[in-house]
Amino acid sequence: MNSTHEKLAQSLKLTLDEDQLTNCMRCGFCQTACPTFIETGLEAASPRGRIALMKAVVDGLMEPDESFRSQMDLCLGCRACEPACPSDVKYGQLIEQTRAAIAAEKPYSLPVRVVRKTFLQGIFPHRGRLKLIGKTLSFYQKSGLQKFARSSGAMKLFPDHLQQLEKALPDVTGDGLEELWSKAGLPYRRETTGSGSKLMVIPASGAKVGRVGMFRGCIMDVMFASTNVNTVRLLRQAGFEIVIPEEQVCCGALHAHAGEMDDAKQLAGQNIWAFGEANVDYIASNAGGCGALLKEYDHLMHAEQDKRLQLAAIRFAEQVKDISELLNSPGRPLTPIQAESANKTVKVTYQDSCHLRNVMRVQGEPRQLMQQLPGVDMCELQGAEVCCGSAGIYNLTQTEMSTTLLDHKMEHVEATGAEVIVTSNPGCLLQMKWGIERAGKQRGIKAVHLADFLAAQVRIEDVGE
Amino acid sequence: MLETVIREQLAAVVGGKWFKDDPESLVSYSYDATPLYQAMPDGVIFPGSTQEVSDIVKICSKHRISVITRGAGSNLCGGTIPLQGGLIVVMTRMNKLLEIDADNLTATFQTGLNTKQFHLSVERTGLFYPPDPSSMIICTMGGNIALGAGGLRGLKYGTTKDYVLGLEAVLPDGSILRTGGKLVKDAAGYDLTRLLVGSGGTLAILTEATVKLIPKPSYRKAMVAVYDDLQAAARTVSNIIANHIFPCTLEFMDQPTLQVVEDFAKIGLPVHAKAMLAIEQDGSVEDVERDLKKLEEICLASGAVQLNIAKTPEEGAKVMEARRSALAALSRLRPTTILEDATVPRSKIADMVLEVQRIAQKYDVQICTFGHAGDGNLHPTAMTDARDPEEIHRVEEAFAEIFEAAIAMGGTITGEHGVGIVKAPYLEWKVGEAGIRMMKSIKDAIDPHQIMNPGKLFAETRKRIVFQERTEQAGRDSASDQDRKIETS
Repeated sequence: MNSTHEKLAQSLKLTLDEDQLTNCMRCGFCQTACPTFIETGLEAASPRGRIALMKAVVDGLMEPDESFRSQMDLCLGCRACEPACPSDVKYGQLIEQTRAAIAAEKPYSLPVRVVRKTFLQGIFPHRGRLKLIGKTLSFYQKSGLQKFARSSGAMKLFPDHLQQLEKALPDVTGDGLEELWSKAGLPYRRETTGSGSKLMVIPASGAKVGRVGMFRGCIMDVMFASTNVNTVRLLRQAGFEIVIPEEQVCCGALHAHAGEMDDAKQLAGQNIWAFGEANVDYIASNAGGCGALLKEYDHLMHAEQDKRLQLAAIRFAEQVKDISELLNSPGRPLTPIQAESANKTVKVTYQDSCHLRNVMRVQGEPRQLMQQLPGVDMCELQGAEVCCGSAGIYNLTQTEMSTTLLDHKMEHVEATGAEVIVTSNPGCLLQMKWGIERAGKQRGIKAVHLADFLAAQVRIEDVGE
Repeated sequence: MLETVIREQLAAVVGGKWFKDDPESLVSYSYDATPLYQAMPDGVIFPGSTQEVSDIVKICSKHRISVITRGAGSNLCGGTIPLQGGLIVVMTRMNKLLEIDADNLTATFQTGLNTKQFHLSVERTGLFYPPDPSSMIICTMGGNIALGAGGLRGLKYGTTKDYVLGLEAVLPDGSILRTGGKLVKDAAGYDLTRLLVGSGGTLAILTEATVKLIPKPSYRKAMVAVYDDLQAAARTVSNIIANHIFPCTLEFMDQPTLQVVEDFAKIGLPVHAKAMLAIEQDGSVEDVERDLKKLEEICLASGAVQLNIAKTPEEGAKVMEARRSALAALSRLRPTTILEDATVPRSKIADMVLEVQRIAQKYDVQICTFGHAGDGNLHPTAMTDARDPEEIHRVEEAFAEIFEAAIAMGGTITGEHGVGIVKAPYLEWKVGEAGIRMMKSIKDAIDPHQIMNPGKLFAETRKRIVFQERTEQAGRDSASDQDRKIETS
């Protein structure tokens, strides 16, 4: 065995949870839920297969060679296998442990390394840099540079998928939730906690049903800041007081999925502290990918030395809710703009966010919120539970599988005849926008976040207390 | 590892993409859903047509390479473990539904077709294909036919073997055989169709099949009967049959099974009860309602303490779905779950359940029992840990005694999983010396070079074997040691 493989094999033996490996009884029930198995039909590209490969390495039956690594990379981490698993194998933990060992032992190829380092360490954790990118993007879009780049053919210098992704980018201003909120003249007050943490507090409309900490997210707050604004407007309308702790940071999900566990834990610690200061009943997430990791902070921090932090992590995880859960209950029902008797005017379909569905186990709530609207014709998307191929930075690192999944997804979307694809996660939203570009359907179909869709369909009184 | 020239020939048949022998592929086709067994193949091939299968078999026949046919790898008898290495032929590319013939009420398909997909396609046309093994979301029709799969509807509708009308198969010399047809009656010579059904890949590779369909029952209704006494539940089963009622499903679960299934499915199963029967009837509205009324009376008279009749079809479907996940849900209790399918004449159900309990106690092992009580097919399931050889040994002893008990009651060692590796040591108990001799002569006549799935069906030992060393490569490398390690660690 070559020495890199040997080191990785040793490290996998130490990191992989042997009980979980043994608990997989190889019934195979996970396979029809796995996007990469559906696409390839290969045992190795299924959860049962990947677990067997991990176990084979631990048992010394196989070297963790290049093909082993690329098979682990091919996994989207969508975790659709977990609800399908009758034996409750924690596949998500196994794949993260494997990736952590790989990340620690063996360098990735240069382009992948650049993408990983740029995004994971250089950008996501730094709010200032993200905003700067936002401002730059805003300049790029507003100054005519975007128009120039597209018309001059400069974009053609980039690979196809980056060209299409660029077109899918939303218009951004560089302003985050707090700036947009205060610039809009909407009501809020600033508070400082005993230990000096700064909070932005937005009052509930009408009687207060609870106090919610708003997790604004990193990409979300730059690329989709207006969605964050709509999220807060909806939560207010449903009777929540909203608190935005200023010290909150990126959730760390992309780091955890890429095997950078130390970074993920550091970010988690910061968020647990920031929201602990805010003294809230719930923590609202409007991004399935973030919400899922927030919901698993208890697991992420389970080996933490600091017992108080460990307990705080458990409490934090219990408080995390998707906005669709909060709006259903305990939030007050929202009032549709359109009358009960209205004709079904908008045909809508819903693409599940994998982590919202498979980890947070939320699938009915977003659908119910839309079905309750008299003017909305909600058509179920065939394969809505199958990943769209976005999966964090997967669409940048595994472009071929990602686009295959996306193109199949768009075929199903077209079959519904829907004009709007609603999603619950920024990654999925960008991917669906990209899919619309690829399918050449910019005129017929648009992709929107659930919060933006609902905000346009229900009565919201934005006045103060 | 196959010789370069053979690898090239195989790759030429299917195209390079569909022949694989890298470590990752070999590992990922070294197991199926059977606990404790794993052995490495020498190559994996994915044919796209019957002609390709024939060409592959001709190459293997010439070079005496073992051929192991595989569908989804969801069987529980070790039927697709490449005990002596060889070539795994994965049939899942050949998954076309070729025809649903509404005039003759038949369907014809390639054998790699997924069972659940087949059910959905058939039911969309208003027809019905009853065999529904618990693994139907992943398994293939070819696998069902090769191992004689059953399911929850055996009592009223029979099993796979009762539906196969014709087959296309590739024989060990590469020739292509067609048997039967869209015929209800066919008395032309030996019944080769029936011979190949349940042959477990030891005689031929099944490539196409024609099965019979029946009209889809218009109405179905499910009920649940709860017992605080195990024998009362078993008695109910006997009484239902004695009253000449044939529910389409009559499933039994004991308390440990109920608890884990509820934990998994969360549908409000009675976890404090000692046993539960899930009963479903289908047919016309009048017939179903009448039968359900009668069933209610029988359950109560036999000692049921609680009855729940599903209010909606969805509620009924949920109960059956929960029962379908019983096996896998049981595996939450302990790391390793060994499930058997000893079957007795249905009048003996109560005796058999008690016998299983006695044997479990004797060997100090945990055995949950659930199963298709209506057709006498129980699933005594042992929860154990593959890493504890001493306990595994006791489990094996217990199962040997369970098989013995089943046969003593006029039953069989396997109702629906097939023989494969797991039951091979017990086959002679069931079919006798003359039976084994006849089966072996058939095998030798059709497959003289023993290339079709060697090591299955026939075994010398009486005791259940935990692992089998690879004879071919032993000593050349450490593969056999590694196989052993993975099987017993």
